[in-house]
Amino acid sequence: MLRKILLAVAIVAVTAQPLLAAGDVDPQADFKAFRKYFTERFPKVPLNDFVNGPYSMDEGLRKQWQAKEEFPPYDFALDKGKQMFSTPFKNGKTYADCFPNKGIGVRQMYPIFDEKSGQIITLDVAINQCREANGEKPYDYLKDDMAALTAYMAFTSRGKPMDIKIPNDPRALAAYKKGEEYFYSRRGQFNLSCAGCHVQNPGNHIRTEVLAPALGIMNALPIYRSEWGGMGSTSRRLTTCNSQIRGVPLPAESEEYRDVEYFLSYMANGLPISGPGARP
Amino acid sequence: MRIRALIRFAAALSIAGFATAAFAATADDYKAALVKADAAIKQAHALKNEWTTTGAAIKAAKAAADAGKFDEAVAHAQQAEALANGSIAQAKEQEKLWPEAVIR
Repeated sequence: MLRKILLAVAIVAVTAQPLLAAGDVDPQADFKAFRKYFTERFPKVPLNDFVNGPYSMDEGLRKQWQAKEEFPPYDFALDKGKQMFSTPFKNGKTYADCFPNKGIGVRQMYPIFDEKSGQIITLDVAINQCREANGEKPYDYLKDDMAALTAYMAFTSRGKPMDIKIPNDPRALAAYKKGEEYFYSRRGQFNLSCAGCHVQNPGNHIRTEVLAPALGIMNALPIYRSEWGGMGSTSRRLTTCNSQIRGVPLPAESEEYRDVEYFLSYMANGLPISGPGARP
Repeated sequence: MRIRALIRFAAALSIAGFATAAFAATADDYKAALVKADAAIKQAHALKNEWTTTGAAIKAAKAAADAGKFDEAVAHAQQAEALANGSIAQAKEQEKLWPEAVIR
């Protein structure tokens, strides 16, 4: 009997190895280290101010931004997004039918891990899933309509703390890990990673721009960029980053982009949503 | 003496010219260079790590080939292959190195 028990214990120990291997994914430890790094490096920046990106790093830019916020450049997109949000689909349903709390004040919960598909679902993907489920064509992830709609939804969440959940599911942990890997991997002919700019160099200039800190970087999305002369979705921001380092961007909302958004959003848990943002 | 020197100079020029003509790239050379570049680009694509400059070099190679400038076309195709190989090496290297950059 004792032998059988020992054998069973040994089998469990051996078969448990793959699960234990996933144990090296520790989002909570990463979260603590990430937060410690930024708060110690920028001790004068209030924690909640990191979501304001370059404005938390540069006083001159901050003053310009505050002046611009009196007549925010994303206002037109907000109006458009609000109208789009409330306009019924051809079948009579609306976005409110697809989201918790009827889609108001939910931005801080995205991206989510979808247990059914095992995939990370961003707000933008959820919007298109809603559209397709109701017989509508999906929006282009890189274009103005998606940016306007997500701008409105982000606006209804302003001030709410980012609230990303990573369930104890190997697929969710794997997605988080892949996002972390993408964030820290160098790419493009310039051999730069996301971290190279937004961890190692926030506050420094790259040409005329002040680099934003990675902490809270997702909270301001989508953003109006003066450089673009319009609104840009999260996908537009990520693909542009890739092009700027001479890397060929992946398709918008590809798995890697969704995973990196999951990773970065989790790092920002507790920090307020500030989107839509405005950037130079 | 002067005539001999001139003859030698003319002979040297003609040999050099012959040599240049002999080594000028052909359409086949271009095609061979393109095949190698395409193979590297496919590998970089599979690794999801292409560089924008690789595509630009291939475009330039095709434009030069269309204009019948095969020397240029081969040079651009070889450049594209080298860039694609650079991105492949980068992707493989980063698979191992990225954890070193993680904030601990």
